[in-house]
Amino acid sequence: MTAATAPAPATTPLSRLLALGRAETVLLRRNRTAVFVALVLPFVLVGSLRSILRAAAERTPGLDVNGNLVTSSMGIVLLVVVYTNLTTAYTARRNELVLKRLRTGEAADGEVLLGTAVPSIALALLQCLLLGVGGLALLGLRAPANPLLVLAGLALSALLLTALAALSSAVTRTVETAGITTLPLMLAAQFGSGLMIPLESLPDTVADLCRLLPTTPALQLLHIGWLGTDGTGPSGGFAGTWRQAALPLLLAAAWAGAAAWGARRWFRWEPRR
Amino acid sequence: MTDTSRPRPAVAARGLHRRYGPSGSGGFEAVRGLDLDVAPGELFALLGTNGAGKTSTLEVLEGLAAPSAGEVRVLGLDPLRERAALRPRIGVMLQEGGFPGELTLAETGRCWAGLTTGARAVDEALDLVGLLPRRTVRVKQLSGGERRRLDLAMALLGRPEVLFLDEPSTGLDPEARAAVWRLIRGLRAAGTTVVLTTHYLEEAEELADRLAIMHHGRVVTGGTVAEVLAAHPARIAFELPERTGAHAALALPPLPGTSTELDGRRVLLRTPDLQGTLTELLGWAARHRVELARLDARSASLEEAFLAVAASADPAAAPVRTESLGSAA
Repeated sequence: MTAATAPAPATTPLSRLLALGRAETVLLRRNRTAVFVALVLPFVLVGSLRSILRAAAERTPGLDVNGNLVTSSMGIVLLVVVYTNLTTAYTARRNELVLKRLRTGEAADGEVLLGTAVPSIALALLQCLLLGVGGLALLGLRAPANPLLVLAGLALSALLLTALAALSSAVTRTVETAGITTLPLMLAAQFGSGLMIPLESLPDTVADLCRLLPTTPALQLLHIGWLGTDGTGPSGGFAGTWRQAALPLLLAAAWAGAAAWGARRWFRWEPRR
Repeated sequence: MTDTSRPRPAVAARGLHRRYGPSGSGGFEAVRGLDLDVAPGELFALLGTNGAGKTSTLEVLEGLAAPSAGEVRVLGLDPLRERAALRPRIGVMLQEGGFPGELTLAETGRCWAGLTTGARAVDEALDLVGLLPRRTVRVKQLSGGERRRLDLAMALLGRPEVLFLDEPSTGLDPEARAAVWRLIRGLRAAGTTVVLTTHYLEEAEELADRLAIMHHGRVVTGGTVAEVLAAHPARIAFELPERTGAHAALALPPLPGTSTELDGRRVLLRTPDLQGTLTELLGWAARHRVELARLDARSASLEEAFLAVAASADPAAAPVRTESLGSAA
């Protein structure tokens, strides 16, 4: 009886995020395509990336094939599972009028977007963890040179890609066209952010331009944090990584902030009429 | 300063405008200067044809959209800027959808309960709308009427002080509609302020303390149901016998205040005083032994008020007419 008469607790941003995240997790679990991609992708990636990186190593002496394999796979997992998955999810929820309905409730706009992203981010981070453990156990990788930078890279990538997914969904009318609207960023990130082609194997001017792309700095932090170098020199150890990471850290935060601002500015909560 | 004899309205709008698209001819003004006051505990119905601006108005009251001009207060708060303070105290049911098809009703309820301060038990809310037996069914398998009831259950989850319902009974079968009406009456009896839109006139007549009829973005008539009807005459229709023999020189009695339409033998009277006119008419018929075939007498219905409004021209779309009226005055 006391439970019924006690004043019910007010919701908090955290409790609301968890409620949204839980529902979205059930939805992700029931989306067969997403589950299939999530389970199969890391294995396919490691297999195909390895041969690409081996070919690159022949042109670029000293390339750390196994190290790049692990950090690049993490980057691609983040791109596919967070960016493309969420672009589709935001578009689907908008077209089902779920987002509009959620905005009639207590959750703030940012909470609605972040709550929808919870399972995608959690899944991507789990896969990154598995890739990291696999790299340590099977590929003979050394422990991350600077785990803090790895964590910062993961966090900034997740945040940036969530905001970019929100932005992409603003120009995506249907779930079916999400594959097209996400393509430019996917290509730019895979080929220009050091995932498929290590930046150090590119001409210097091209590489420098690529380092300014939205997705490059955050993904570079993974590389620097784990392998101790951005690839242009030998591992600098824990102290040296901070110096190398300073600019990417700044740029990654700036891009994440800009993307979040853009998402807030241009996100569409209802389908076009 | 303020009149303290009247309670502060639960919902108020002053000079509300809502515009879509760019200014000028490229845009569209859906709401054009709307004033609204809903007293606490009142059940207020917003009626109108499709495209009259009901939903556009409701979305501003709910804090989903900003007005392009004017001011809105719900429980004394700005629904947009003070959204966080207001949301725990209101419940909203949109005109359409809003729940992922792949979740079950129980999962949907659990999610919404996690977003609602002071939420009642999910099963209790589902039971209110008769959906408890369907709790493990996925939303996509529900019928249109069941979805409306789920939407209503979610709007009621937090025991709101003010409830906004956009066409709550659209798509319901008569039995479900009667159940929803009972539920809404019960909420009103418990002191909930309800603002609903509907194009079922019967619904407004059954439920509303007061109503407003919108047309082309404005409130064209409003008040209690009786007040709105008082502005429209009652109708008496009947057929006169053939004008032969005893009835060859038959003429209707003088019926002050009525207007008469003749269509062959068919007569249609419009009168502000149904009982008086009917008494006169029946007395006359008895005296002259006239049989009034197919006699039909009825008070004005909301439908007539509504149709009269819908038939009226859009004043903003006919500036020439407004000008000529102005010069004539």
